Amino acid sequence: MSEEPQVAERRAGADPRAELAVAALLVAAGLAAGAFAVLIVVHPQTQLLGATLGGALACLAAALVLAAKRVAVQELAVEDRKIEETARPQDDEALARDLRQGGDGITRRRALGAAAGVAGAGLAGALVLPVTALGPGLGDAPNQTPWRRGRPLVTTDGEPLRADAIEIGTFQSALPKGADKRELGSPVVVVRVDPRTLRLPRARRTWAPMGILAFSQICTHAGCAVTLFRYPVDEQLSQGPALVCPCHYSTFDVRQAAKPIFGPAARALAQLPLAVAPDGTLVAAGPLSGSVGPAWWSVKR
Amino acid sequence: MSDRDVDVVAAIDRRLGAGRVARKALRYVFPDHWSFMLGEIALYAFVVLLATGVYLALFFTPDVGATGVYHGPFDALQGAEVTPAYQSTLALSSTVPGGLLIRQTHHWAALVFVAAMVVHLLRVFFTAAYRRPRELTWLLGVALLATGVLEGFAGYSLPDDLLSGMGLAIAYGVALSLPLLGGSIGALVWGGEFPGPGVIESRLYILHVFVLPAVMATLIAGHLALVVRHKHTQFAGPGRREDNVVGTPMWPGYALRSMALLSAVAAVLVLLGGLVQINPVWQWGPYELDRATNGAQPDWYLGWLIGGLRLMPPLEIRVFGHTLVPNPFWGGIAFPAVVFTMLTAWPFLEPRLLRDRARHDLLDRPRDHPWRTAFGVAFFSWVALIFVAGASDRLFYVFGISYTSQVHIFRALALLAPPVVFVIAKSTCDGLRRTQVRPGLGGPPRRVRRREDGGFDVPGTRPPHAGPP
Repeated sequence: MSEEPQVAERRAGADPRAELAVAALLVAAGLAAGAFAVLIVVHPQTQLLGATLGGALACLAAALVLAAKRVAVQELAVEDRKIEETARPQDDEALARDLRQGGDGITRRRALGAAAGVAGAGLAGALVLPVTALGPGLGDAPNQTPWRRGRPLVTTDGEPLRADAIEIGTFQSALPKGADKRELGSPVVVVRVDPRTLRLPRARRTWAPMGILAFSQICTHAGCAVTLFRYPVDEQLSQGPALVCPCHYSTFDVRQAAKPIFGPAARALAQLPLAVAPDGTLVAAGPLSGSVGPAWWSVKR
Repeated sequence: MSDRDVDVVAAIDRRLGAGRVARKALRYVFPDHWSFMLGEIALYAFVVLLATGVYLALFFTPDVGATGVYHGPFDALQGAEVTPAYQSTLALSSTVPGGLLIRQTHHWAALVFVAAMVVHLLRVFFTAAYRRPRELTWLLGVALLATGVLEGFAGYSLPDDLLSGMGLAIAYGVALSLPLLGGSIGALVWGGEFPGPGVIESRLYILHVFVLPAVMATLIAGHLALVVRHKHTQFAGPGRREDNVVGTPMWPGYALRSMALLSAVAAVLVLLGGLVQINPVWQWGPYELDRATNGAQPDWYLGWLIGGLRLMPPLEIRVFGHTLVPNPFWGGIAFPAVVFTMLTAWPFLEPRLLRDRARHDLLDRPRDHPWRTAFGVAFFSWVALIFVAGASDRLFYVFGISYTSQVHIFRALALLAPPVVFVIAKSTCDGLRRTQVRPGLGGPPRRVRRREDGGFDVPGTRPPHAGPP
């Protein structure tokens, strides 16, 4: 820091009314803060607490502003920046020379530098690589889901899902019976459309009994749950039935096996082949058709 | 000054030997301008965050492993399956005395903290306060902004309500999208495939309450130390030169003003916390993998990333049956990387482009540097546009423009708007320089010269009956 700044302008002499006002505001701040202290013990109601504590701070702020502008000494000061004292070239040269002199008489400068590099790289690796203890690799997780041929679908409350109870134009979440619901591959969304409008690939013709379709509920874009179903009010005029992810509005055409038709998703939702068991409940007719969740290197189409 | 004052000061000085330094500190000069307060507002919001955060930490349980059944004052949640994290946030919002006030004040303070940093950054950019010798001050500030955004995200991911879970799901998708390494990083952070065995909660918690606040406190200390080292910049004006600082000394004027600002910031945040509801987690419900809602918006400082994710067309790069670049990479990683690279590089780029490596302690007025100002306006309005696009679903409710049309419009605007904005900003600066108009401050200043006969000449104007100047 430099020597003292010169005073360009100095006015002392408080406004007596301002002094009184500052005192009044400080007392008000104290009373409001006291009210807060009482309230939090006897009646901790959020709005009253906020109003009293906020009010106390507001009074304090007003008192300080008034004190700064009308009570305390008013000064305009000029301070020298003293640029020439900082970063003088002769100082920098001397500093660099002092640093260099610490290495006087060293003959194998290169070898020492390289050895230090080896030590640094080894230590950096030893410090960084323990992060691998944080978790196992994902491995083939996106392709390993609880869904197998014959596994029953249940509602999120654990009730079996009857095929004839699902009406055209409806959708709901379902889980594999007995599986961990906190597994990314578990939740599927079940929708029903008019079977005559389906345009599934040839190999999937039998996957949608009675027009009931099931897809992995985890969006292939960023991993949110696909929880919106758009069903046309008018078959001719409206857009076709589609599943929509509420996070970034990726839209999947259910008639075309959840092919992405709008938004950022670039991959279809994996489809779960369905079958109706003899007792009328829905069961999986096979595993999911592809990888679940957001894309990365090992995710299959 | 009474003798007792001297005794007290002497008693302290004998032990610290800081008397002379303290005396200089009292005379430290702060230039006056309203825009120099913005960084201070961020600093004081950080103080409020620390104070409120400590209170919250006394009651919050960072655990999503086990679940219990909710019984408490929120009727809609009776009997719901909840984790200790969500349960303790609900308790903080109902039964803990003052808990909701402090929780909401903490949340509001986070929003104001990042907002004040952003506006402060814009002020520093458009007045070119980052020039030599203050490049490092700028870099520490940019690092603070990035850390602040990360800290905020970690914070609102903790309560394990529906929005927390949705945000973390997206974060997982974005982490996975880093080419080649994404899968490993996601698995490391979450302890396996999302949502993982519950380890993410304690990791986010230690980041949020210890690691990131410690980093931020260090960055703030460095930032302020550099400000003091170089002394403040100031606008040009009568008596204000490159080699001096004109303003209010620390004692008593500036100390009182600054304490007033601290009180005012705290007052506004506490009043917001007490009177204006924010993030009512009891309405969102607990998070499950199969739950999500539309119309959900993150805290504002993540809106630009949501916009980037939503606007990006469905482009993924695949090689040999593998996904090399998944889609969230563009909006969630590449876009913020471009923005932060620009912010980091700018103080070093500008001197090269302008061939001006001189030291500058006087600030530029934005208009006096049309190229920089126009570039800044174009760049920041590009980011702001994508930010607005992140709220398209809310805009649909307000204006009734279909979401799909908005996405197409915003995609086009993101490409077309920057050059148009650049031209408009450039010509506005040129016009302001030519006419010397000062919007909001009355007409242009005029130079007046007194004649020998006592009359006045106003060059540039031709008053009636005036002779040649």
